Amino acid sequence: MSQTKTLIDKQAVSINKKRRSQWLEVWRRLKKNKASMVGLFIISLLVFAAIFADFIAPEGFDDQDLYRRFIPPGSNHFLGTDHLGRDIFSRIIYGSRISLQVGFIAVGIAAVTGGTLGAIAGYYGGKLDNTIMRLMDILLAIPSILLAISIVAALGPGLVNVMIAVGIASIPSYARIVRASVLTIKDQEFIEAAKAIGANDFRIITKHILPNAMAPIIVQATLGVANAILSAAGLSFIGLGIQPPNPEWGAMLSAGRHYIRDYWHIATFPGLAIMLTIFSLNLFGDGLRDALDPRLKD
Amino acid sequence: MHKYILRRLLMLMPVMLGVSFIVFTMMHITPGDPARIMLGESAPLEEVEKFREELGLNDPFLIQYGRFVKNLVIHQDMGRSYTSKRPVIEEILIRFPTTLKLATLGIVVAVLLGIPAGIISATRQYSIFDNTSMVAALLGVSMPNFWQGLMLILLFSVKLGWLPSSGFSSWKEMILPALTLGTSSAAIITRMTRSSMLEVIRQDYIRTARAKGQVESVVVNRHALKNALIPIVTVIGLQFGYLLGGAVLTESIFSISGVGRLMVESISARNFPVVQGGVLFIALTFSIVNLLVDILYAFLDPRIKSQYK
Repeated sequence: MSQTKTLIDKQAVSINKKRRSQWLEVWRRLKKNKASMVGLFIISLLVFAAIFADFIAPEGFDDQDLYRRFIPPGSNHFLGTDHLGRDIFSRIIYGSRISLQVGFIAVGIAAVTGGTLGAIAGYYGGKLDNTIMRLMDILLAIPSILLAISIVAALGPGLVNVMIAVGIASIPSYARIVRASVLTIKDQEFIEAAKAIGANDFRIITKHILPNAMAPIIVQATLGVANAILSAAGLSFIGLGIQPPNPEWGAMLSAGRHYIRDYWHIATFPGLAIMLTIFSLNLFGDGLRDALDPRLKD
Repeated sequence: MHKYILRRLLMLMPVMLGVSFIVFTMMHITPGDPARIMLGESAPLEEVEKFREELGLNDPFLIQYGRFVKNLVIHQDMGRSYTSKRPVIEEILIRFPTTLKLATLGIVVAVLLGIPAGIISATRQYSIFDNTSMVAALLGVSMPNFWQGLMLILLFSVKLGWLPSSGFSSWKEMILPALTLGTSSAAIITRMTRSSMLEVIRQDYIRTARAKGQVESVVVNRHALKNALIPIVTVIGLQFGYLLGGAVLTESIFSISGVGRLMVESISARNFPVVQGGVLFIALTFSIVNLLVDILYAFLDPRIKSQYK
């Protein structure tokens, strides 16, 4: 008995080592992709800006001064000031906090809920699978931005509701990806072995299936953060998202559009911030996909 | 083939029923009393209560939903707009052609830019054109279309004065909205065309076509592109569906009176029957577009046609 246990422990250690070396290999491949590294560098800068916004931003995000409205970009105000005399650079720095928060939390909601539903559907199959996947088909029948708009219309605007709305609208894609991965893994021998030694379904799904299905989930999540930020900015742009005076980039853009004829800078820089963020996440996501599965390259 | 189409149409029914249930539930849980919204804040309580009874708003949720579905299926009635008091379906149908036109122009822009760029990128892999178009495609995917719309207005309307910044009645007015809506789809189509073409041009039959001395344009267009079309058409179909939904933002920027703008205005005015009807209508159109794409496969690839039987 103790011999069998030792053998299983040794196998577990070797599997762990193998998994670690697999991730190291992925990282090695990722490092070779320059574009992806540029993406990662920009994302790191954004995360840094979001965490240390209080120290980086020259002013508070809502420091109004009506005597210095519409100042163009220059030495005093790097990116100029808006219609209420607020420093645009400071607002963009603080805005990174909101955008990244929305992106990561919405993806978290979608990945956990969608992933759980997908794993259950794929693992148990049958009627449960059918019910869950038909429900996902129903959600997929509504274009995601429209679904997010409807959810925000029902819940009301605000940061938390935007995260929930964008998260729910993204659930079906995670459910589909995880289900597909689970279907390919669940009939493999190591799952049979886990069943044979008496592991319960929860353990099999969480310890054996999901770790092996992580690659597509991680790629989807990276690109999903970009989509979530874009959707949240879109919602704020039409006035259904994060409300003023919070410095959400989409809301800043929306406020600046009224002055675009005379003061181009108010709407231009928040848009550039969104684009740079999405661009870097896409660069990183593409590189990650290639690194995780080199066969997908091209 | 007919059987397949019929089966897909039948499958559409439970999906649409599900969509209607989700949308109806969302509008039901939304705070705000429809009777109060319709009669105004100053209406006496008794009158509001009487009106609630007339509208059936005091009935249990499932009864209300059943009535909604019955009216929808039998009379194509989605209720009345709280603001204009006109039937919702009428409000939507008046504006739908504009949204459809916008989405169609958007997808035309996307296809005209995306497919040639994708083909050239694939046939000249790793060339300057390929690298530039891939970076441009990535930028296109990353650019929020509402920001792009504003930048186009800034450049072509404000600075150069070439094109109008709003409206959708003349072809001049249509250029900027179509470009705004179509750019991100163009980027996605470029990427898909490139990867699909790359897969096909490595096949033996392409080498054979070249070996027998076939002109390169015929090899690319007749042999490669035709076989690479299935995933491209899938993406075009999906993108068209998304453009119908995504038109919400473009319509808001260019003040275009389409279904998207109607919905945004209706949300602000808490005009829920219109929001509900708009989502249902676009979801139905989206599903029909997906079905049409699946049917189109059969014409592109006879092997798929045989599977449909």
